[in-house]
Amino acid sequence: MIIEPLKNWLDERLSVSALARAAKKKEVPLHRQSIWYYFGGMTLFLFVVQVVTGILLLLYYRPSAENAFESVQFIMTEVKFGWLIRSIHSWSANLMILTLFIHMFSVYFMQAYNRPRELTWVTGVVLLLLCITFGFSGYLLPWNTVSFFATKVGTDIAGVVPVVGKTLLRFLRGGDEVTGATLTRFFGFHVAVLPAMATVFLGIHVLLVQLHGMHVPARYEQNHRRMKFFPNFLMRDLIGWILAIGVLAALAALFPWELGVKADAFAPAPAGIKPEWYFLFMFQTLKYIPAKVLIFDGEVIGILFFMLAGAVLFAIPFINHSPEKYPRRRKIFIALGVVAVLYIAVMTIIGYLA
Amino acid sequence: MGSITSRRRFLDYLLGTSVVATLTAILYPIIRFMAPPHIVEAMQNSVVAAKLNELPPNSGKIFKFGSKPGLIVRTASGELKAFSAVCTHLDCIVQYSPEKKQIWCACHNGQYNLNGENIGGPPPRPLEQYPVNKRGDDIVVNRA
Repeated sequence: MIIEPLKNWLDERLSVSALARAAKKKEVPLHRQSIWYYFGGMTLFLFVVQVVTGILLLLYYRPSAENAFESVQFIMTEVKFGWLIRSIHSWSANLMILTLFIHMFSVYFMQAYNRPRELTWVTGVVLLLLCITFGFSGYLLPWNTVSFFATKVGTDIAGVVPVVGKTLLRFLRGGDEVTGATLTRFFGFHVAVLPAMATVFLGIHVLLVQLHGMHVPARYEQNHRRMKFFPNFLMRDLIGWILAIGVLAALAALFPWELGVKADAFAPAPAGIKPEWYFLFMFQTLKYIPAKVLIFDGEVIGILFFMLAGAVLFAIPFINHSPEKYPRRRKIFIALGVVAVLYIAVMTIIGYLA
Repeated sequence: MGSITSRRRFLDYLLGTSVVATLTAILYPIIRFMAPPHIVEAMQNSVVAAKLNELPPNSGKIFKFGSKPGLIVRTASGELKAFSAVCTHLDCIVQYSPEKKQIWCACHNGQYNLNGENIGGPPPRPLEQYPVNKRGDDIVVNRA
């Protein structure tokens, strides 16, 4: 047989058997909260769906103000299964943000970010920001009215950042206004810069998870069983992924993603305009902040508040460290998390219904 | 011995500065490349915003004023008013709401009265107002 020598040849060069031994040793803790372990892998799976469908869309998409809308229209109407690929890309993007949020909050509430997993958390927050930037940049690419105004507002918000705001705004827009230059830039970010960065951080994130293993909440530390990762856990992952493909196909078929009306730089913002759901809670907050807070413009206060919240998100493992030493701080952080989830949920619902 | 270490330090210094100089020579053009060039546009000081007959009382229209949108409003009483159509909140384009007889921004529900003053919602400043003249059938808007 040729298989055996080939195996040996590869093994000598790639140490496949060492990897296989390590994979065999990998185990996943089993306890009542084990279900949350699946959401990281689910997010990763949806990311892969994004990469595949994104590459497919690249075959027809044309990134210019003159052609973008028409090329997406062409994908939706002329290209075989174009509607399916684009709708899956849009739906999967949204589901990915959702599973990412679930993954993040489950890690947060189980305080799995404590020593030695601080950097896993930090790289995770970087990935969250990258995914939101993916969403924001991709949203503009069809060049329709909603995406045009969403980009105007979003980049104007970046302009509010102290000191570097104006430079940042011009960098993002490729000029003073949202134009075709902005579209070209966003396209570059969306298909080159962000994927490269996401690949690096995803690599580190997953590597760190392998290095430290799954975190087990304190109360199950003494009494839990373990499951082999390969094949037991992976098979369960697979079932989740197959379900996800089914859900995506159903959503794409029943609710194909709309294209809307081509962007016009000289038309008023359409009534009822809203951002994607994961921006709704911030959008709704900006609506409620009065025009002036003391001597500051209201929007500046709102935006600085969200920037501060983002900075705190990064720093959480370093603020709430050693929970066994500071049990009170632990409780405060759980309460803060509950408040944050409630705030996001309530504001999102109000924003959705408004 | 002293001369050898000081010679080594000198070489380290040369090496270090040339590394920094090389990096600067590589990074500076990249950073300048990323910042979009300023495009000088001929300042347009007046524009025909609309024809009188296309603007019935209690209506408004967006017009192009240079590279920015403007809003021309004919009030219910027939008065003509022109504003910058760029919302002072977050850069959206406003519109005239005939029902409320107000200027309204759909993005975050900002409201302005017919003098361009911000009267509700998040906008922090009034809209810039432009002088309007009638020239025959043309409505001409000037930069203040």
